[in-house]
Amino acid sequence: MMKTWQAVKRLLPMTAIFGLILAGCGREDLSVLRPQGPAAETSLGLMKLSITIMVVVLLIVFSIAAYVIIRFRRKPGQQEIPKQVEGNFKLEVLWTVIPLILVVVLAIPTVKAVFAAGNDHANDKNAIKVKVTGHQFWWEFEYTDYGVKTAQDLVIPKGKDIAFELTTADVLHSFWVPSLSGKIDTNPAGTINRFSFSAPNEGVYRGKCAELCGPSHGLMEFKVKSVSEDAFNQWIASMKSPVAVLPEDPELAKTFKNQCLKCHAVGDQGLAVGPNLTGIGSREAIAGILLNDDTGVDGAPIEENLKTWLHDPQSVKPGNLMPNPKDLGLSDAEIDGIAAYLANYKLD
Amino acid sequence: MDWITTVDHKKIAILYLLAGGLFFGIGGFEAILIRIQLIKPMNTFLDAQTFNELITMHGTTMIFLGVMPVIFALMNAVIPLQIGARDVAFPFLNALGFWTFLFGGILLNLSWVMGGAPDAGWTAYTPLSTSTYSTTHGVDFYTIGLQIAGLGTLIGGINFLATIITMRAPGMSFMRMPMFAWTTFITSAIILFAFPAITVGLVLLTFDRIIGANFFEVGAGGNPILWQHIFWIFGHPEVYILILPAFGIISEVIPTFARKRLFGYSSMVFATILIAFLGFMVWAHHMFTTGLGPVANALFSVSTMLIAVPTGIKIFNWLLTMWGGQVRFTTPNLFAVGFIPTFTMGGVTGVMLASAPADFQFHDTYFVVAHFHYVIVGGLVLGLFAGLHYWWPKMFGRMLSEKLGKWTFWTFILGFHLTFFVQHFLGLMGMQRRVFTYLPNQHFDVLNLVSTIGAFLMGVGMIIFLTNIVLTFRKPADAAADPWEDGRTLEWSIPSPPPEYNFKQTPLVRGIDAFWKEKTAGHTGMTPAEPVGSIHMPSATILPFLMSVGIFIAGLGFMFSRDEFKSDFVGFMFNHYLVTAIGLLITFGSMLMRSLFDDQGWHIEPEELEGEQI
Repeated sequence: MMKTWQAVKRLLPMTAIFGLILAGCGREDLSVLRPQGPAAETSLGLMKLSITIMVVVLLIVFSIAAYVIIRFRRKPGQQEIPKQVEGNFKLEVLWTVIPLILVVVLAIPTVKAVFAAGNDHANDKNAIKVKVTGHQFWWEFEYTDYGVKTAQDLVIPKGKDIAFELTTADVLHSFWVPSLSGKIDTNPAGTINRFSFSAPNEGVYRGKCAELCGPSHGLMEFKVKSVSEDAFNQWIASMKSPVAVLPEDPELAKTFKNQCLKCHAVGDQGLAVGPNLTGIGSREAIAGILLNDDTGVDGAPIEENLKTWLHDPQSVKPGNLMPNPKDLGLSDAEIDGIAAYLANYKLD
Repeated sequence: MDWITTVDHKKIAILYLLAGGLFFGIGGFEAILIRIQLIKPMNTFLDAQTFNELITMHGTTMIFLGVMPVIFALMNAVIPLQIGARDVAFPFLNALGFWTFLFGGILLNLSWVMGGAPDAGWTAYTPLSTSTYSTTHGVDFYTIGLQIAGLGTLIGGINFLATIITMRAPGMSFMRMPMFAWTTFITSAIILFAFPAITVGLVLLTFDRIIGANFFEVGAGGNPILWQHIFWIFGHPEVYILILPAFGIISEVIPTFARKRLFGYSSMVFATILIAFLGFMVWAHHMFTTGLGPVANALFSVSTMLIAVPTGIKIFNWLLTMWGGQVRFTTPNLFAVGFIPTFTMGGVTGVMLASAPADFQFHDTYFVVAHFHYVIVGGLVLGLFAGLHYWWPKMFGRMLSEKLGKWTFWTFILGFHLTFFVQHFLGLMGMQRRVFTYLPNQHFDVLNLVSTIGAFLMGVGMIIFLTNIVLTFRKPADAAADPWEDGRTLEWSIPSPPPEYNFKQTPLVRGIDAFWKEKTAGHTGMTPAEPVGSIHMPSATILPFLMSVGIFIAGLGFMFSRDEFKSDFVGFMFNHYLVTAIGLLITFGSMLMRSLFDDQGWHIEPEELEGEQI
């Protein structure tokens, strides 16, 4: 018995290390363990501190346990009654005081970081203000200073503080970009949350919804694109200028206008009840999860993704509010036409 | 019939064990389905809606209907014996508590076959759980089922408080009480204060859903954050309702098999009280990302970390109990010794979670899933296994097979660590919890596969345990009164299983570990505190069962009161609250019967007692 037990004891940390190597700590654009911005770094710093303390505690407990289990096994023929010890005041005080000290060591930086995280940059003139609205099951981003609204891809200038104001249009969601920052819930009007993060490097980061919000909760993903300041300004400009947006084929344009633009918006046309489609051809993914990748390694070309989505939105994201285009009377050819048009609707 | 009318705490314990075992099995099966779905990315084994129903029911079932009844089973089986009592303070209420729990549980699980299980998570956060976003009757089953089941828990808690305060054997002061009795006492106190909170929340949510109230409805000025506060003011103490009894069990098993008294008994008692007290102060650490602001987050961070101190005291006291002892690795002790490092791992991740800025990352990820499974499975379930193997001979008069017991331990604990250890890393790598599937190429695939394999191994452990039970029942009931030979507390001084009246003569307690003290003084049994006399026993009665059936019918009637039915008659019955009325009539009628017809119980006379070999 003892040998097996010891084997387990030895195996545990090994599985841990093995697990880590196996995982390689996760993707750079997704993992908490590979922070890409100051907010995530603060969190990771506290994690490192707490895990160090905790591993020391674990090692002490494990070694005492191992020693006790091996040393004080009942030997065959052992009959005399062991000494009945009531306790030891000094020892008990010792293991009350030491944990208290450890708690204080962890509590001080925690409290500091809590108050630092409370700084939301809402009144900072240099910060980019973004209003985030969670919907079942997509994200809306409104750049209040620029009058620009988009969905699913949050474009931000690198290095700048982004001041978020978060709310939800329906149920609770939670806005989370693991590699950039911890999460914060989107509450209904009246309990609006504010927080801030920044991304010092250019790149695309994966964002997720972290609060159960219905069937497609697990698929409510989004991307954060950190770009250079110039690229950001250019993006804002092209989002604002009403470019020619409707499909070239007048018949298709009519269908698109009558059916799709009742909920969606492109440029200055249509209603923005559903996700804003302006420049959708330049986005990282369709519906947040069908990754646009011409090489086909991590997804499919955008036109193919759009077709997948438009032919049966429910099978891609169960429970979403988009009606099936077929039920709206669109033919397969029309759907494919709209997919092709949207795929080519890129921003300059 | 005998079982439906019984008011004997030992039989009620067995009923709790059977019902708890059944629901535990259902919850376990749900867990296996969840793990199969997550075995690979973009799996289509389950659809999104079914998955959400499964996670909701898995959590709800395990917490309220799986582990709580097994805890209650052990409390019922052991507590009166440990404190030298002939039954609990209110045997009638004890039966009532069991039946309301069972019918509440049945009601909740009926949702699977009656049009949709609850799907808003076991925390049922609003607005997702309001009728706007959860349109089936699922959440109604949740709110009404849990109200009925919660009634049973509250009744049980009050009963144990009264029992432990008033019915201890002569000489058993509070500071001579066994640790399991202590933790039961404190747990019952937590139940007394925490369960009313959830009941209020559930009533408000029921009103919102069924009669259109607006406590949580945003559009009408309701506040969804209110639900989170109400839920967690119950929900956090609930964790201690679950884990404290496990602490108690470990504190019984380890001294017995180390042949040493519990190290630092009084510090253990005060640590228990302190944990219970702090447990009520920290509910908002479940809400760090809700946006309560830095002051609240800082306060709840620090107060949560403080719980590590009394918990640490307990861990070291257990280790020091074994120090200098003669540790024997029977199955119960294997589980108890396995509990210590496993629970410690769950405890330290708890401290990590307490740091709010780090929790912004941990919250609602698999890191949290790993943490609370380490506490509840690695802590509580290992504790329950220890307790079940330990007290099985006392409950049933049969020893479980040691060989199969050891197989259960190794498969279960290995499967457990395999399942949940890797989930810490899944969380840190960006996998949020409660997702029905995940995209490929996120480095989640291998770890999820490992986790699922571990879950199956745990399932194997459970099957071995069930086999052990079945095989054991085919053997004669011949366990000794003190089958582990080193029993320290009063329950080991009477036969296994105990006679209906427990103690022929109430024992005199002369110190902590009363039976051990007598044994070391060279006695074979306890010194009686009274002469042999007539023993008063409560009468069996069907009324608790009927009362619960009534509440069950009323609950169903209320739930469907707004539905349209094909049959006019059925529609009439439901829509005019007639079904509800019939149910309530049964319940209140039974209460009236109980009040009007005075039942004096019956007596076992000394002559009958003399005839038996005790």
